Amino acid sequence: MQDIIIAISGLSKTYATGFTALKNVNLGIRRGEIFALLGPNGAGKTTLIGVVCGTVNPSSGTVTVGGHDNVTDFRAAREMIGLVPQELTTDAFESVWATVCFSRGLFGKPKNPAYIEKILRSLSLWEKRNDKIMTLSGGMKRRVLIAKALSHEPQILFLDEPTAGVDVELRKGMWQVVRALRASGVTIILTTHYIEEAEDMADRIGVISNGEIILVEEKKELMHKLGKKQLTLQLQEKLAALPAGLFGGAQLSLSPDGDELTYTYDTQADRTGITRLLASLTEAGIRFKDLSTKQSSLEEIFVGLVHQDRNGAAK
Amino acid sequence: MNWRAVKAIYRFEMARTGRTLFQSILAPVISTSLYFVVFGAAIGSRITEMDGVDYGSFIVPGLIMLTLLMQSVMNASFGIYFPKFTGTIYELLSAPISFIEIVIGYVGAAATKSIILGLIILATSWLFVPVRIAHPVWMISFLVLTAVTFSLLGFIIGIWADGFEKLQIVPLLIITPLTFLGGAFYSVSVLPPFWQVVTFFNPIVYLISGFRWSFYEVADVNVAISLGMTLAFLGACIAMIWWIFRTGYRLKN
Ligand SMILES: Nc1ncnc2c1ncn2[C@@H]1O[C@H](COP(=O)(O)OP(=O)(O)O)[C@@H](O)[C@H]1O
Ligand SMILES: [Mg+2]
Repeated sequence: MQDIIIAISGLSKTYATGFTALKNVNLGIRRGEIFALLGPNGAGKTTLIGVVCGTVNPSSGTVTVGGHDNVTDFRAAREMIGLVPQELTTDAFESVWATVCFSRGLFGKPKNPAYIEKILRSLSLWEKRNDKIMTLSGGMKRRVLIAKALSHEPQILFLDEPTAGVDVELRKGMWQVVRALRASGVTIILTTHYIEEAEDMADRIGVISNGEIILVEEKKELMHKLGKKQLTLQLQEKLAALPAGLFGGAQLSLSPDGDELTYTYDTQADRTGITRLLASLTEAGIRFKDLSTKQSSLEEIFVGLVHQDRNGAAK
Repeated sequence: MNWRAVKAIYRFEMARTGRTLFQSILAPVISTSLYFVVFGAAIGSRITEMDGVDYGSFIVPGLIMLTLLMQSVMNASFGIYFPKFTGTIYELLSAPISFIEIVIGYVGAAATKSIILGLIILATSWLFVPVRIAHPVWMISFLVLTAVTFSLLGFIIGIWADGFEKLQIVPLLIITPLTFLGGAFYSVSVLPPFWQVVTFFNPIVYLISGFRWSFYEVADVNVAISLGMTLAFLGACIAMIWWIFRTGYRLKN
């Protein structure tokens, strides 16, 4: 059995406006994993994180963190968690050093300048430690928020869209930090809009849509299970239209300028149909000069899932 | 209790005061000096004494109270309103601290600041008029009790406010007028009988009267009643804070 560090059960949240942002969410986060929560805007990601961290009161349901109920035993639960919020909410006039030390104090930890220095260096903020936060760029403010969240040595780190508005270079640096944290045993839960990042980083992926968790899966498993592959054939001669009677049916499509044939197939199926397709092409006298295959990205999988869910909800 | 968190909040708030040293300290000193010029010199030359006390000296406790009440309310309300406004409140809500610790941090800092200001005004006054403090312990007690009570009130206002206008309303439209009408600059006994009765519905009368008694042993009401009213105020504010704590009013979604 897996070691569950955060257990969310039967969680619902209806805001004062009457809007239900979470519907009976059940989710277990495993100790030491990187869990990516994916979902379109307004799906309820930030709300879910808020309930776990204590910034949002749930309407019903329970959350335990390391076995501690996050309401009745909130001190023990919250001590384990560092939160990097989605919005760039920082003080303006404080120095980087002061604000990070303040966070550590809030969590009841004794001063530890050596540790704070280590965090600031790992986030390339050391040179900026005496600067006022308002003089920093957006990407640097984001890293200040990460430094604040790490200041009390949490076992769990929540990153709510950490790379929004951060340039490529900084993003890479940030992921290095996240990987190093994971290697040191920190559990990481992140939401991101950059699906390739979830694909890169996550061990498991949860998809949330309209306040419901519609899928939780090992990333590899997910890619495998839902992964479609595409075979692209570059034709020697352009085709005006797909010849009738060609094998492949709806799986087959022709590019607008007629020089590429794309065949989409399921890697999990007993028969991919590739052999028959190729035979059928030879029979029809269609020759090709090159071919390539491509695995569909998580993004495509994800868009497909949310689409299904929407259609399902409409019925 | 997470005392390190209380200390962190307290120091954060005191640092904020430090950054705005000019507004925080110089402004009240200048306005106090102006009061002495206007009331002390101009009016004081006509009214030589009040309740047997030299007029310039008589107004010192009232002036201190005026600043103490305003500053306590404004500092504490701003202190907690600002994190709500900027969103940095997320950190307080997700830290292992309870509402009570948040209150102690913010209210403690606001009260400290206004007590320091009160003492600065006292020192400034000394430059202009003779000041005698008959009961220093009572003087400090009233100072501290009032500062804490009105910082609690300010904290409540800061939680209740959802805009900067609301932060201003209570200090400007309620506290300042009540202080001016509450005998900060005169003894209630100089008023016509009808207005004396009306005045006793003004709670601030009791605060100023008790405070002035600790200086000159002259009072509009018995000092025990003053103390009782101050404590009743304090109790009311604590009850209100408790209610906010129980209901989570306006802190979380
Ligand atoms: N304070 C609030 N009051 C009312 N509705 C809210 C509030 N916060 C968020 N919502 C609504 O709840 C839904 C989920 O929001 P959120 O959790 O921020 O989504 P996500 O982070 O996935 O984009 C959205 O439709 C949003 O409009
Ligand atoms: Mg969000």
